[in-house]
Amino acid sequence: MLMDRYSLLQKIGIYIGIFIFLLFVLLPFIEMFRVSLRPLDHLMTADFTWWSNDFSFQAYRDMWVTVPLLGRYILNSIFIATAVTIMTMVVVVPAAYSYARLDFPFKSLSLGLFLAVNMFTGAVLLIPLYRVMRTLGLLNSYWAMIIPGVAFLIPTGIWLLRSYLEKIPKELEEAAYVDGASRMYTLRRVVLPLAVPGLIVVATSVFIGAYAQQFLFAITFNNQRELQPLPAGLFEFIGYQDVTWNQMMAAALTGVLPVMLFFLLLQKYLVAGLTAGAVKE
Amino acid sequence: MSESLFAWLLIAPAIVFIGFIVAWPLVETIRLSFTDADLGGENWIGWANYAELFSDPKFYDIVWRTFYWMFLSVILKLVMGLIGASLLNAAVPGKALFRVLVMPPWVIPIAIGVIGWKWLYNGYFGLISGVLQNLGLVEDRVALLATKTSAFYSAVVTDVWVGTPMVTLFFLAAMQGVSRDLYEAAWVDGAGRWYRFRRITIPQIMPVIVSMALLSAIWTFNSFEIIWILTEGGPRGATTTLIIDTYKVAISSQRFGEGAARAVVIVILLAIFSLFYLFFLNKVNKRYGAK
Repeated sequence: MLMDRYSLLQKIGIYIGIFIFLLFVLLPFIEMFRVSLRPLDHLMTADFTWWSNDFSFQAYRDMWVTVPLLGRYILNSIFIATAVTIMTMVVVVPAAYSYARLDFPFKSLSLGLFLAVNMFTGAVLLIPLYRVMRTLGLLNSYWAMIIPGVAFLIPTGIWLLRSYLEKIPKELEEAAYVDGASRMYTLRRVVLPLAVPGLIVVATSVFIGAYAQQFLFAITFNNQRELQPLPAGLFEFIGYQDVTWNQMMAAALTGVLPVMLFFLLLQKYLVAGLTAGAVKE
Repeated sequence: MSESLFAWLLIAPAIVFIGFIVAWPLVETIRLSFTDADLGGENWIGWANYAELFSDPKFYDIVWRTFYWMFLSVILKLVMGLIGASLLNAAVPGKALFRVLVMPPWVIPIAIGVIGWKWLYNGYFGLISGVLQNLGLVEDRVALLATKTSAFYSAVVTDVWVGTPMVTLFFLAAMQGVSRDLYEAAWVDGAGRWYRFRRITIPQIMPVIVSMALLSAIWTFNSFEIIWILTEGGPRGATTTLIIDTYKVAISSQRFGEGAARAVVIVILLAIFSLFYLFFLNKVNKRYGAK
């Protein structure tokens, strides 16, 4: 429409702006890719050049030898994030339903307390958390990285899902009650099927949170190499004297590729869902 | 079964989780902060850890630096988010693709992106130093993480980079939710783009701006991985925020008691800040008519 029409000059300005903005957002990826293509000795000795003739994908072959557990790290990352997501959802769904539909004493106070958990991160509570993990015998296991992850994602999960459940019309549940269905049956057979789009969105946001922050708990609570997620696994190599940077970058890019592709393919649905809270108001 | 009992049963698993992983450790942290706990054992020493902390001028530097880090980074994230969302909201061909390209930093492990930045900042082979030299802007190599000031601002830039995609996409969604009638009415009255942005877009998405600001502020205040991977708090403490300092004392040096006192200070500062902010949020929401 007329209001949206831009002059040629404005259009050029917008594209330049978008280009600079995306350059900032994608710069580390571009640089990681460039580094991954160059032989190591050239990387360290030669002066900086944009382009060079010795680009090759050799590092993408060598990295599997240098980082023997790379495949394992990638799978560990996905496994930990998936496990965190499933456990979080199992806890969040009933709680969110409770806050969306039921009336009980201390409702808003307890919800406020849940949200206050967002102020904490694992870093503040590491010392006692370490002791809790030790007491429960969970150190150096997947659980040491999964369980704290779940706890810190529960509050946001409850908050997000609650607002979805509130939008589902109450009449269907009431009809089920009239037919003599129990509360649990109604939750499982009436509410959950209707809430599937919301469940997917909340699970996705939990997964992103769980996948993005796989570092602190891994380097603090786990010293078993085979269990490390990708970031912690690669970080160990970066501490060495002779870092094979080209291979590290190749490994990092390869490692994030599966999940990134998954999200990029589904982005249309995810962004709409994840940011739905922003539009609601 | 009564409704309240059923409600509490449904919430019980969440309470158990938070109880074990957040509430109990929090109580323990407070208790430990009054002890001299380390690997050897622990004795009750009263307020000694706090007394030591508050008589150390370096600690005030760290508190100040943490707030400066938080404010600077959050403001930059909001500005980048507004600019990015406005650009991506423009009705130009290719916008669907551009929106996809903003996502990657959001959907990868933060630590991986930071490893990329660490290389960018490197003085010997990093792109930033290389480009500056090629353009003749600097004579020598610039190792951005090696000097105090540049290391701090480099860490800020990386933190802004991590937070920008999410803020941008939330602002974009909010902008798309603004009623077109408002713009059309203003346009008919001859209002230009900048005027419409200032007088319609900004007030309409204000509730989202303030809630993103609070979220970003808490995350930035607590941000650990970015600084730890880039500089481990160095050079000479230039990037040591409260979280980094706490981690160093509690985990690296295993002085649990002193570390716990720092953790308690963090919690109190964040609580005060959040209450203050929520009060402000309430006012903003009233003013802009959101619920």
